[in-house]
Amino acid sequence: METAHKHPNYVLIWVYLAILTAVEVAVAFMSHLPKLWLMLALIFLAVWKALLVALYFMHLKFEPRKLAILAAVPLPLAVILVLAVMSEKIF
Amino acid sequence: MTHGTANVMRPPFPAERGVGVYDMKLGMWVFLGSEVMFFTALIGTYIILRFGVTDPWAAPAAVLNVPLTAFNTFLLICSSVSMVKAFAAIADGNQKKLQFWLLMTILGGAMFVGVQIYEYAKLLGHGFTPAGLREGSELAELAAADPLKYGLATAGLYGSTFFTMTGFHGFHVTCGVICMTWVYLKARGGGYTQQDYRGVEVVGLYWHFVDLVWIILFTIVYLI
Repeated sequence: METAHKHPNYVLIWVYLAILTAVEVAVAFMSHLPKLWLMLALIFLAVWKALLVALYFMHLKFEPRKLAILAAVPLPLAVILVLAVMSEKIF
Repeated sequence: MTHGTANVMRPPFPAERGVGVYDMKLGMWVFLGSEVMFFTALIGTYIILRFGVTDPWAAPAAVLNVPLTAFNTFLLICSSVSMVKAFAAIADGNQKKLQFWLLMTILGGAMFVGVQIYEYAKLLGHGFTPAGLREGSELAELAAADPLKYGLATAGLYGSTFFTMTGFHGFHVTCGVICMTWVYLKARGGGYTQQDYRGVEVVGLYWHFVDLVWIILFTIVYLI
């Protein structure tokens, strides 16, 4: 017997992701923007898209808080790994 | 000695409740955590090499086919939404829709890999290889005429990091397609029910993660 559940609007998330991808490509070809601003804008858009996938498609928004923490733990480690090796260039 | 070992191995009491999800899902999330570090090592190496070298790096659009890969990114996003639709279908107990959306996901993933193979063939044909620019190739001649735009001095680093990152991602997508095919065949045999669809959810988590990694890779490798 089928019982319908309440699901997030997945198609709407897909539309957001498609629009953000188009915006990303458009931004990447704006050669008149300063390089740093271009990079920051592209990274911002990529993180936005990644969050949409993680929160809605992977359901982290609806999972127990402990699982969300477990999923987030590698992220600061990933940033530390890159920044630590980049330290020679940064400082 | 045996008595002491038994005490060490005894589980904590009272038993802890855990994170509140079933074991397969928890296992997948732990695996994905290790995958984050794996891809961080690859992407981090690329960032360090690219921004650490003093010689100019090639503009991605000069070497790579950005519009084609943007289309491939869109394909992967479509396959991610078809995967989550498969999950929603079985959560609602709809077997037909589950099978349909799983098949769409497999097709999307297979097309992504197909486009990537086509992209590799074109790049290798133009002279962009994992070892840099092939002598006498079209790209090598362009780079000789404009070494700054085509990053002549750093082409070897660019080639090795590009093919390593995108190659490992493509390998992950291929593994995902194989696993998804197995899940699809099981679904056709009625292997999932509204009461138990753990396999669909767990393979879906892997699939969305692969999509998420590509979102980051596409930005860093093709757009910046």
